Amino acid sequence: MTMHIGQSQRRENARRHLSGRGHFVSDLTLPRMLHAVFVRSPMAKGRLVEIDTSEAEQSPGVVRILTAAELNARCKPWVGTLAHFAGMQSPPMNILAEEEVLWTGQPVAMIIAKSRAEAEDAADLVMVDIEDSEPVTDGAAALQDGAPLANSAARNNLCYEALLETPAVNEAFADAAHVVEASFTFGRHTAVTLEPRAVIADFDPSSGALTVHHGTQTPYQFQDVYARHFGLPEGKVRVIAPDVGGSFGMKLHVYNEEMGAVAASMILERPVRYVADRLESFLSDIHARDHIVKGRMALDAEGKILAMDVDDLAPVGAVSAYPRTSAAEGNQVIRLMGAPYNMPDYRGRLQVAFQNKVQTSQYRAVGHPIACAVTEALVERAAEVTGLDPFEIRARNLIADDAYPHVSATGYQFEKLSHQASLAKLREMMDPDALRADQARLREQGIYRGFGIASFVEITNPGAAFYGVGGARISAQDGAVVRMTPSGDIHCAISVTEQGQGTETIIAQVVADQLGVSPERVSVTTGDTATTPSGGATWACRGAGIGGETALRAGRKLRERILTLAGALLQADPATLRLEDGAVVDVATGEARITLEEIGRVATYRPDTLPDGVDHSLTVAHHFAPSGYPFDFTNGIQGSLVEVDVETGIVRILKHWVVEDCGRIINPLLVDEQIRGGVVQGLGPAFFEECQYDTDGQLTNGSLADYLVPMACEMPDIEIAHIETPTEDTILGAKGVGEAGTAAAGAAAMNAVNDALRPFGARLTQTPMTPLRILDALDAARKQRTDP
Amino acid sequence: MKVMLSTTVNGEQVQEAVLPRTSLADFLREDLGLTGTHLGCEMGACGACLVLMDGVPVHACLVLAVQAEGSTIETIEGLNETGAAADLQARFHDRNALQCGFCTNGMLMSAQALLEANPAPTRDEIRDALSGNYCRCTGYEAIVDAIDTTARDRAARTEAAK
Ligand code: FES
Ligand code: FES
Repeated sequence: MTMHIGQSQRRENARRHLSGRGHFVSDLTLPRMLHAVFVRSPMAKGRLVEIDTSEAEQSPGVVRILTAAELNARCKPWVGTLAHFAGMQSPPMNILAEEEVLWTGQPVAMIIAKSRAEAEDAADLVMVDIEDSEPVTDGAAALQDGAPLANSAARNNLCYEALLETPAVNEAFADAAHVVEASFTFGRHTAVTLEPRAVIADFDPSSGALTVHHGTQTPYQFQDVYARHFGLPEGKVRVIAPDVGGSFGMKLHVYNEEMGAVAASMILERPVRYVADRLESFLSDIHARDHIVKGRMALDAEGKILAMDVDDLAPVGAVSAYPRTSAAEGNQVIRLMGAPYNMPDYRGRLQVAFQNKVQTSQYRAVGHPIACAVTEALVERAAEVTGLDPFEIRARNLIADDAYPHVSATGYQFEKLSHQASLAKLREMMDPDALRADQARLREQGIYRGFGIASFVEITNPGAAFYGVGGARISAQDGAVVRMTPSGDIHCAISVTEQGQGTETIIAQVVADQLGVSPERVSVTTGDTATTPSGGATWACRGAGIGGETALRAGRKLRERILTLAGALLQADPATLRLEDGAVVDVATGEARITLEEIGRVATYRPDTLPDGVDHSLTVAHHFAPSGYPFDFTNGIQGSLVEVDVETGIVRILKHWVVEDCGRIINPLLVDEQIRGGVVQGLGPAFFEECQYDTDGQLTNGSLADYLVPMACEMPDIEIAHIETPTEDTILGAKGVGEAGTAAAGAAAMNAVNDALRPFGARLTQTPMTPLRILDALDAARKQRTDP
Repeated sequence: MKVMLSTTVNGEQVQEAVLPRTSLADFLREDLGLTGTHLGCEMGACGACLVLMDGVPVHACLVLAVQAEGSTIETIEGLNETGAAADLQARFHDRNALQCGFCTNGMLMSAQALLEANPAPTRDEIRDALSGNYCRCTGYEAIVDAIDTTARDRAARTEAAK
């Protein structure tokens, strides 16, 4: 029997996109649909004095202009805190600013018109009078005594603070043979999904039902949010997320504009569409990262890591995002530090600050790239001071593959990882001796190449410990309904969602194997709260590990049902039967006894021919939430080879390598492309991507011409290898892979650039590593050499 | 004030009244329902909106609908129906050269135009030709592979036909 789990299989749903037949929310038109545009604050901070809409109301095509008094009254405010983040504060938010504006681009009024163009024309005619005040833009300054408040409704500018500490961390530093240290600055960047955020809210007053077509990863979360904040019964709210043009964590947060579209649809009783344009995306999508980290690492004389001590300052905007908060990233940064290594002692301090910019929050590989870059840059320095090569220092410090279970100094429990095997594999792929020889030869010609490596640990398959314990209504479980049609075909409706990762394909593979059919016979439905069971959906790498396990268990339940039915029909003990190639087969002889079609036919049309009491229903449901370890950690290592032009500061990324262990691989083709996409999302912020603000809090590069994203010609070929260490917490054994590429790409790249610059004594500790910053680092090093 | 526009879209004669400010992309998507042409930036930077105008790829977000007067437009839907890019589509599918699929229209248009102009591009030339096509999901390599393979297959077919 062919197993489909583990096979490369193409995505059936890709055909639609290839023929121009995708179903994106931005493609959808509903009868009587209206278009929404927002008037936004041009200032980062100020008091709203007056909004004059009289002229705009006369503008052609305008149906209604909504201001805070009318719109916010419809919506219960939201608060972006979690109970398990002790002491965290964030003032309540609502759709439109009321009294105070908090960031450039915050919506202050909503125009509803017959076309988007007409709404935009009218938006230009709204007069907004704001008495501006000094914005708080710098994170460190925000936390100084006497700093002005970024948000007058907050107690101070400290959103959240945390400290993790082992008892002996001070002694470890005191006893160390070597201490290396550095300060790092990680720029603010953003998701830049190619399809901007899109929503069409459609409230039907005759039934009291709200249908929201929403380009989101998490339809069930929004079903709950819309129901609670707009006072509707949950059963009257339907969220449909069809094709979504990229999400990466950005499309699971609550945004003012989506809430506005729902409120407006309820007020106007017509469908209201809001699709962000690119400028609005830059102003209103969550941004990510933005960390200033001071780090130290203590080592013994043999180069063994004794301890780390890090301080992370994360400014997050004027309010914490809802419902996952803007503090989760920093929390993960301090918990993932040193994760791949045997490190007995640790101190990590986190300060999350308010400032007058749009919120930062969870984006692909939450916290991972920061923790990884800091840890790996310090390991690299440790290699220098101890005279070890990058592979050797890691070999001495990475947790041994037979040392599990292992608990990190920050409290994470690792079931089983494969760091040493991954390191060995990477060494084979990269051939560092050859790279070193090339490097030396090319240096003589004035060509500066360097390579760097970075180990990582990735958090996947989160259960309730992630958000649920903090009081957030974010499902820890997923659900699947698997049924057989009268013709013997299989259908699976599942709560994990598809944004192009291949969710539907892998679910079909998993279900197919349980029922002995080919995946082509399994159709999968996702992304509609009315037709699929509730669940957490796709975020933080839950799709394969949790969604896959849910589908597997549901499939097995249906298998049992079918075998019982077959037993009754064939007068055989079900234990002597199994499913294979679309039929029920005798285990002993391998002979096919009855086809699935036949069972479907009898159960559906002639249940009267079955013995009394035999359950002839061909639909089963199963829900699954992870238990055992609170998270499944995956691991891997990446390498990067770069060439730095020391005249221009321009870096060419020549090659990138990844070794990844995501447990059981369901579909190698899809896994590899997930990793490659992730690597590029890690290299983007390492070299190009940064949301630049001036001191007035104005975003100065909010367009795709000014904000640089990685393009094909700048990206390298990426070589990938796998190690498989399945989790024993599930039958399937799969862990996640979505964050892996992003987690360590930037860290490896920074080590590579610094390796290339070593002859000059120049070093970068800030991302993106732009040509200017590289030239500045070279300059600073030159000055230090000439005037000591 | 709307003006009359007559043009040929995917082989069909089209006569519509349009506002002079309507972009070709909005015209195709909203007036003709050809939503395979996507909008990612509306400023000529991302390539999601590429269509062929008289055989040349143009950014439909930067061209006004009225500029298409008398011209021949081909969108992804048309390309799909004629089968002119069927091999390219198949290689994209084999190689999983798309994830969310939002950039795919533009990628196919660029690839098709590249292979017309340069039937045997190197990988660097392919990467270069995609310099106006943004993809957030794939990491590009699979797209390059798919185009590379298509070019080789086409060359082999031409060779065999000789
Ligand atoms: S939408 Fe036309 S190039 Fe981006
Ligand atoms: S596949 Fe999503 S942008 Fe290219």
